[in-house]
Amino acid sequence: MTSVTHTVEHKKISEVSPTRKLVMGIAELFIAMVILFGFVLNSTPGDLTRFVMTPGGIDVGAMGDWVIPTRPTLIALTVVTVAIGIFQLVKGFGRATNGMVGLSGLFLIFGFLTWQAGGTSVNLAGMLASAVLLAVPITLGAFSGVLSERAGVVNIAIEGMMLMGSMIGALVGSITNSTWIGLAGAILSGLILSWIHAVLSIKYKINQIISGTVINIFSAGMTAFISQKYLQTNQALNNPPLFPRIPIPGLANIPLLGPIFFNTNVFVYLMFILLVVIQVALFSTRWGLRTRSVGEHPRAADTLGINVTRTRYVAVLLSGLVAGLAGAFFTLGSVGRFNEGMTAGKGFIGLAAMIFGNWRPLGAIGAGFLFGFADAIGSKLSLLGSAIPPQIMATAPYLITMIVLAGFIGKGDMPAADGEPYEEE
Amino acid sequence: MKREPQKNEKAGDVLLQEINEPHEDQTTHKRSVWNVVAIPLLAILTGLIIGAILIAATSTTVYAAFNESFGQGLVTAWNEVITAYQALFTGSIGDPARIISALRSGDERAIRSAFNPFLESLVQATPYIFAGLAVALGFRSGLFNIGVEGQLFIGAACATYVGYAITGLPTIIHMPLAFLAGALGGAVWGFIPGLLKATTGGHEVINTIMMNWIAFRLTEWLLSGPMNRPGAGGMPISPLIEESAQIPQFFQTPIRFHLGFFIALGIAWLVWWLLFKTKWGLNLRTVGANPRAAKYAGLNVAKNYIIGMALSGALAGMAGGVQILAVNRSMALGLSSGYGFDSIALALIGNNHPLGVILASILFGTLRNGATRMMVVSRIPIDIVDVLQAIILMFVAAPAIIRTIYRLRKPKHEEETVFVSGWGGGQS
Amino acid sequence: MTPILELKGITKQFPGVLANDHINLTLHKGEILALLGENGAGKSTLMNILYGLYQPDEGEIFINGEKSMVTSPTDAIDAGIGMVHQHFMLIPVFTVAENVMLGEESVKYGNFLNRDDAAKKILEIGNQFNLPVNPSDMVRDLPVGVQQKVEIIKLLYREAEILIFDEPTAVLTPQEADELFKIMRSLVEQGKSIIFITHKLREVLDVADRIMVIRQGAVVGETTPDEADKNSLAAMMVGREVSLVVEKEEKVPGEVILSIDDLVVADKFQNIVVDHVSLEVHAGEIVGIAGVQGNGQTELVEAITGLRKSSEGQITLMGEDVTRATPRQITELGSAHVPEDRQADGLVLPFPIAENLVLCTYYKEPFSKGVVLQYETILDHAKQLISDFDIRTPSALTPVSNLSGGNQQKVIIARELSRPIQFLMASQPTRGLDVGSIEYIHKRIVQKRNDGCAVLLVSPELDEIMELSDRIAVMYRGNILAVVKRSAVTKEEVGLMMAGIMPESDFKPKEKHVVERTF
Repeated sequence: MTSVTHTVEHKKISEVSPTRKLVMGIAELFIAMVILFGFVLNSTPGDLTRFVMTPGGIDVGAMGDWVIPTRPTLIALTVVTVAIGIFQLVKGFGRATNGMVGLSGLFLIFGFLTWQAGGTSVNLAGMLASAVLLAVPITLGAFSGVLSERAGVVNIAIEGMMLMGSMIGALVGSITNSTWIGLAGAILSGLILSWIHAVLSIKYKINQIISGTVINIFSAGMTAFISQKYLQTNQALNNPPLFPRIPIPGLANIPLLGPIFFNTNVFVYLMFILLVVIQVALFSTRWGLRTRSVGEHPRAADTLGINVTRTRYVAVLLSGLVAGLAGAFFTLGSVGRFNEGMTAGKGFIGLAAMIFGNWRPLGAIGAGFLFGFADAIGSKLSLLGSAIPPQIMATAPYLITMIVLAGFIGKGDMPAADGEPYEEE
Repeated sequence: MKREPQKNEKAGDVLLQEINEPHEDQTTHKRSVWNVVAIPLLAILTGLIIGAILIAATSTTVYAAFNESFGQGLVTAWNEVITAYQALFTGSIGDPARIISALRSGDERAIRSAFNPFLESLVQATPYIFAGLAVALGFRSGLFNIGVEGQLFIGAACATYVGYAITGLPTIIHMPLAFLAGALGGAVWGFIPGLLKATTGGHEVINTIMMNWIAFRLTEWLLSGPMNRPGAGGMPISPLIEESAQIPQFFQTPIRFHLGFFIALGIAWLVWWLLFKTKWGLNLRTVGANPRAAKYAGLNVAKNYIIGMALSGALAGMAGGVQILAVNRSMALGLSSGYGFDSIALALIGNNHPLGVILASILFGTLRNGATRMMVVSRIPIDIVDVLQAIILMFVAAPAIIRTIYRLRKPKHEEETVFVSGWGGGQS
Repeated sequence: MTPILELKGITKQFPGVLANDHINLTLHKGEILALLGENGAGKSTLMNILYGLYQPDEGEIFINGEKSMVTSPTDAIDAGIGMVHQHFMLIPVFTVAENVMLGEESVKYGNFLNRDDAAKKILEIGNQFNLPVNPSDMVRDLPVGVQQKVEIIKLLYREAEILIFDEPTAVLTPQEADELFKIMRSLVEQGKSIIFITHKLREVLDVADRIMVIRQGAVVGETTPDEADKNSLAAMMVGREVSLVVEKEEKVPGEVILSIDDLVVADKFQNIVVDHVSLEVHAGEIVGIAGVQGNGQTELVEAITGLRKSSEGQITLMGEDVTRATPRQITELGSAHVPEDRQADGLVLPFPIAENLVLCTYYKEPFSKGVVLQYETILDHAKQLISDFDIRTPSALTPVSNLSGGNQQKVIIARELSRPIQFLMASQPTRGLDVGSIEYIHKRIVQKRNDGCAVLLVSPELDEIMELSDRIAVMYRGNILAVVKRSAVTKEEVGLMMAGIMPESDFKPKEKHVVERTF
């Protein structure tokens, strides 16, 4: 009897399902049509688009402006996008399908900018810099999601944890007049809420989405309650110090990249540090292997003596920690005061970024940048005097979240036991 | 022994009863009724106790009293809580002394105004009933609709538009038309995430939340742009609706009790009938309880998801419509005090059953109405209601906590409520 | 000599069931003890107690003569107990090395995984016990037989001395099972001790040194393969004489009811799992599809019943092209489907029996008039079927989730067979059921066949296929290797084909229709 030791060779119909191939191809062609009819035909021939490549208020790492002819650029974008769409329909990009859709989206955004700034100028570097900042809470929210979902616990309470974190950060920061103590307070509040989520969903095994909703409602109510009771009656309680911009010596001088990535908020640095830490911890350490095993097949982990409950608790608490940090960004890293409901769905967008990023830290940060960029365009364009009303532009990140979400769920590497309470026997 | 249905009894009624109740040990029917209501009641009680702690803990006078002596502190805390909850009670049910004296005096106006707090609670309960039904119908169809708030806004905008833009119609046509416009707007807003779930597998939880934000921005734009009231000076507010579109109030101002409450009861009955008496309802419930079995049984799961979301959205839209047509009479951004999010708690407390939703809605309407007075009397922000609701919802969702606190026995069979878990995965 | 393991008076009560009733068990070093009993007899409960997954209500465990407390799998692992679970405890998206070391990781620099070190150990174990695997393969890409080897390596990696095999052959071909037995033999020769749990009589006689039979939670006898034979074991296991053969009258097959032509079906990862399959089922015959689980049977069934779209080929049912038809259209043509996974597909667990009994018909008269459901009719219908099909339930309104597995399956059988049907698709109709229910369901299926219904039966249990089928189609890696008359083959020949090996006899597999013409 021969023993089979090699892996099974699967006969495949194709890498990507035919419907998905079709849908993505049509989406790409649609984008091309939008560029063509929306931008190319509405542009003035001979116009030039000027991109300013240094963010305002920065003097290190300056770079010259980038000037391109408006209409020819747009036509080139149309041609390339059509080519991508046709190739997708005819042959398909296989594993690169997602990337190509993302690229087409990028072209759409770039085309839109080029068109809007036709005959005038737009500060691209400034926009990118603010995109990075706007990406911070989304990416951190996504990291928070990665941590808990890798262990099999869905955390839709990130929004609530962020909101609470932002309020506590402002309150504690104002009282102590210290950014760092404020940050610690925010993180602690995230931890406490995530502990509640852990108790409800791991110990009491209630539906994790319900448990998350409880925390979201609680946070919305509690922050509004405290805000009205204290922060609004006593402005001194809502005046936390802000984290300053910290240039990293040497790196800050790199043109374009320097001002965007290396002369910025401490939260941006924390985000990159967390990216590396989470990536390594999840995929190269004992802790990560155990955490992922609990998210994939808790019973198997249990039979090998791994404490499923404890592992999940730790993951959810870490998730809350990161969510609290993300919340602190709003009050201590960006605005400098707390407003009711100021997270405005960023926690949920973070979840979408996590899904789009395939439950991986690197993917999450990529998706975070995408959403951050969409947000930045929205706010920048209203300043540019775009014909589109600002309220409508403000729907862009939500719309993009929905579009991106369509077709990605259930196709990625979702942890197999995500959302399933573990019944010990 | 099992109770056999009597010949003259409607078999369907028995069946329904069985579906909706844990039916295993029905030796005493009372016991099972207690099992059903004990958890929500005790959850509410516990919520109020925690609310009391919160009130005492955030009161400066209490701290001042504790500085003097511990006993003084306790007394002050007790007084603060009692004052607040008294305000909550008189503000929502009415002041018993005033009711009695009004009844004695026989003065019609005095009687009306004495009963006004209670009637106002029913007014507050009306949008809750619609919104709670929306979430309950969603849950029964296996959908978690967190988008009720957005659907409500869109519904309100549509009802408002039909209410002021169309003129010269008789009430009998204009009012239902505006109400239906609200339902339709909500239905469209629910249909979109339903379609996305059915076709792409995009999870309705995230999509409905995104639709909420889009709805807020969209109505903001509508109210400050196309639907702006002439001469509003840039304030985002719509014109007043035509009188013919108004849902009538029964008494003179300030009593706002209106026909919409009875419409809500009627719609609740309709939802019950649809869910439990018709094959369409069974379709939805089968898809909700086990989509794979539904597919096996020949149902079009995708279609039923879309129908479920659209119907749920329609109910949410009605909540917005009724609020505009009967109470506000024009639309502004402060339209909803979080009905959409509260409705999740409503549906769960009401066990996703229309009757339960009605009872829970009246309770929440009462709480919110009373909280307004509590804010005036004790200067406690009205958002405490959200905190209470979150706590109540937590206890209802995790009955084990309540059972631990109050040392209740676990019923033999808990009713299985089927919910979405994880991120679904859509159609493979 | 002290036994390596001794269980004394183990008792475990579950709500309503006494799963283990004062069970005593002794295992000596270097022996294979078979634990025989039918589904639900309490074997798995006993082993889960031994492995620390359940706590016994009463009783003691002695390991090497010392009383031991086993309250968690960690204790069991520390005590040298390892278990190959019936459903593999492997994480598909992890590599072999990651799966093996999980919980006992090789690390470097404190906390970082040392995959190379783990791989080295795995290869050493593989060499010592003849279990060749590649440590860097992803488990989901491995055939089941190899996955099982990974499970065994997991135990050896933890230096287990007592190995428990829980129904290890359920997913194997008879030949793969023989290979497993060889491995088990070599393990005991190298000093390990094995408890082998099964309900298959042949395996017990083939491999065990000693046999213990459990029935309804209690030990009913102990014997050795030399003293026992199949019939005596079966009688011990079930508690009465069992007729292992189903009475079946000879019948001349009628017209073609189901015809599958060159069908290609893909799974959700777009792998081709049904690869150009052709098959015909005639009225009044049972065609059994034999094959190890996961060779495309599930997807074939889903394609036939409209639950999954096929990529190529054609399916014809009663003369109608149903390749693109919906499940409801197929049902309405007069076909029935007993699904493989009754709880996931066949039943709505929180719904009452009455509603489950009309799951495929409630939208039609007489159960609905207009859109209004007729609950009185539905209830009467339920009561009728409950008595006709002997469903043990307190009432027609009991949620199906409260019924035992056998009664749940009877609800499905009642619903599907009570309709006027010409075609029955029965997929693993007796999975996980006790002998009584199995006998009953077999009888019902044969009765349908005798009434002229065409039956397509899918089962990984070769015995079931051999007993019921008139013709047998063997499925391997998405292909139907051969379609043969039941009377023309032996069980061993079918077993070989299930492993993808054609016996050296006269039937020519690839020319599918040649075989059909021989009867």
